[in-house]
Amino acid sequence: MSYRERIAAALADGWHFAGLHASSDGRLVRTLLADGRGATRLETTEADEGVVPSIVDLAPAAGWDEREAHDLQRIRFDGHEPLRPLVDHERLHDRWVPVRGADAYDVAVGPIHAGVIESGHFRFHLVGDRILHVDAQLFYKHRGLERAAEGATFEGGLAYVSRACAACAVANGVAYAHACEETLGLVPTAELARARTILLELERMWSHLNDIAAVCAGVGLAAGNTSFAALVERARRLNATLTGHRFLFGTVAVGGSTLTLDADAVRHARTEIAGLREASSRSWRELLFNASFQDRLPDIGVVSAAESRRLGAVGPAARASGLVEDARIGSARLAYDGFDPVLPHRAVGDVRARVEQRALELLQTFTLLEELLDRPVGTANAQPGAEELAIGIGRVESPRGATSCIVERSGDRVERLRLRTGSYANWPVVARAAADNLLPDFPLINKSFELCYACVDR
Amino acid sequence: MLTLLKDLRRLRRRIDLPQPGHGRSLAIRHVDAGSCNGCEHELTLLSSPDYDLGRFGLGIVASPRHADVLLVAGAVTSRMREPLLVAYNAMPEPRRVVALGDCALGCNVLGSADDIVGPLEGVLPVDLRIPGCPPTPAAIAAALLGLIDG
Repeated sequence: MSYRERIAAALADGWHFAGLHASSDGRLVRTLLADGRGATRLETTEADEGVVPSIVDLAPAAGWDEREAHDLQRIRFDGHEPLRPLVDHERLHDRWVPVRGADAYDVAVGPIHAGVIESGHFRFHLVGDRILHVDAQLFYKHRGLERAAEGATFEGGLAYVSRACAACAVANGVAYAHACEETLGLVPTAELARARTILLELERMWSHLNDIAAVCAGVGLAAGNTSFAALVERARRLNATLTGHRFLFGTVAVGGSTLTLDADAVRHARTEIAGLREASSRSWRELLFNASFQDRLPDIGVVSAAESRRLGAVGPAARASGLVEDARIGSARLAYDGFDPVLPHRAVGDVRARVEQRALELLQTFTLLEELLDRPVGTANAQPGAEELAIGIGRVESPRGATSCIVERSGDRVERLRLRTGSYANWPVVARAAADNLLPDFPLINKSFELCYACVDR
Repeated sequence: MLTLLKDLRRLRRRIDLPQPGHGRSLAIRHVDAGSCNGCEHELTLLSSPDYDLGRFGLGIVASPRHADVLLVAGAVTSRMREPLLVAYNAMPEPRRVVALGDCALGCNVLGSADDIVGPLEGVLPVDLRIPGCPPTPAAIAAALLGLIDG
């Protein structure tokens, strides 16, 4: 079967597109597929004089990946028309979708924004206040992290993924550690799986509290914003007490974990988590009964389940559209046995559903943490238990959705590293959500996704 | 909302910060020149109840035209150099440039040489350096309050 036929057959068989990258020499293109129940696989094809058939018609979620592989590894994707630049800022004149139609005009925003926000550029096509189309021009923060990591040791490569983004430092680090351990034939012990799951859920805890605060800021509700911001501060202080770092930097390692929490530490953590549960539930109830807040949320930025699936949405955004999509399901290398994702009562993919999704997941995270922290945590290692492989895959649920890390190995070095985060998957979904809405609602729609730029730009 | 406001009043704790002079203020324009978003996340919390820097006269403003201070985080990528200079040139005199976090200071920066033009002091004259990866909100607050009185 040809590459395209293999991809089409896999998609028909229930596999989902989960990423695409080119090898650093541009000779091979690999597509990552996930079955939604914990299994992943790669479909590889050789680039024939730099040309590979596009799969963007089969899997629209591959759009950004193909554009990136074109810009960075010079792959041409036959059938992807127009193949607009994504990472490459030199060819901006080819970049924009032309503004067409009576009374249509465009508004350019960024890269520097009015608040404390990461840098990125948006170009809106409008008629009046109505958004016809929005193009996100990111990669202003491109630091060439993947390229810089080539040739690093497995331990040395960790910094490039975990420092790609402060908000996803643990998720990126664990995805990378899993990928390295898979190539090395190492399997995490139950204790290692528990330590990493605790770190992942601590990251999700502060992040989801932050996202609710951000939506309150997006509608100008200062009391809601500051009450959740105070909880973010409390969660980060807990991180610092437990691990020495407010963003949990330096807590993930390849092949093991040095996280130790004695009886006093886990008791303190459980007390703080119970306090955060009580305080956030109380603040959330206040938001539920605040009519002017609730009136702003429904029916804007809608992404249907079918659109979410088509565009490859992941994380809370996908679940708010009604998709049971969560990399914690069947996550054999972590301590999520029997995990079942929650969905909001009204999973219609609007701003309200995405906010409600965070609140529901927070409760689940508190419960997971309380269970995982029922006893002290000690150092742990991954054990030899599988055969060594040339390529390792790690897939972890970050606060913003499934994050995949692929490590191609050459001896005891990293030959190629690809990090595809939940934010990367979801940016095209934000653009879809904004279409047909009013320009003044864009900040709120954007905040209901609350994606990172740093780990997308890398 | 009353419950929320009561909670906030209770939450507002005194932190160990220098007392600012009376009736002074500082308008800050933040620019992310290629950070990991850690500095931004901590900076955002300066307006949370635990720090509430507004009460000391410090505020983030929406335009460099209104700013006394350009607060720059990140490695300074080649793509952010121009936008950063545009923001700086839009500021009225007198103006100050503050390097926020280790990346802006050029410490332990990760990335490819052609994608990074930093550290910040190679691009703009730096008046104040706030180290940390990322600096805590308390450290950022203390440094900025020092600037207001300096």
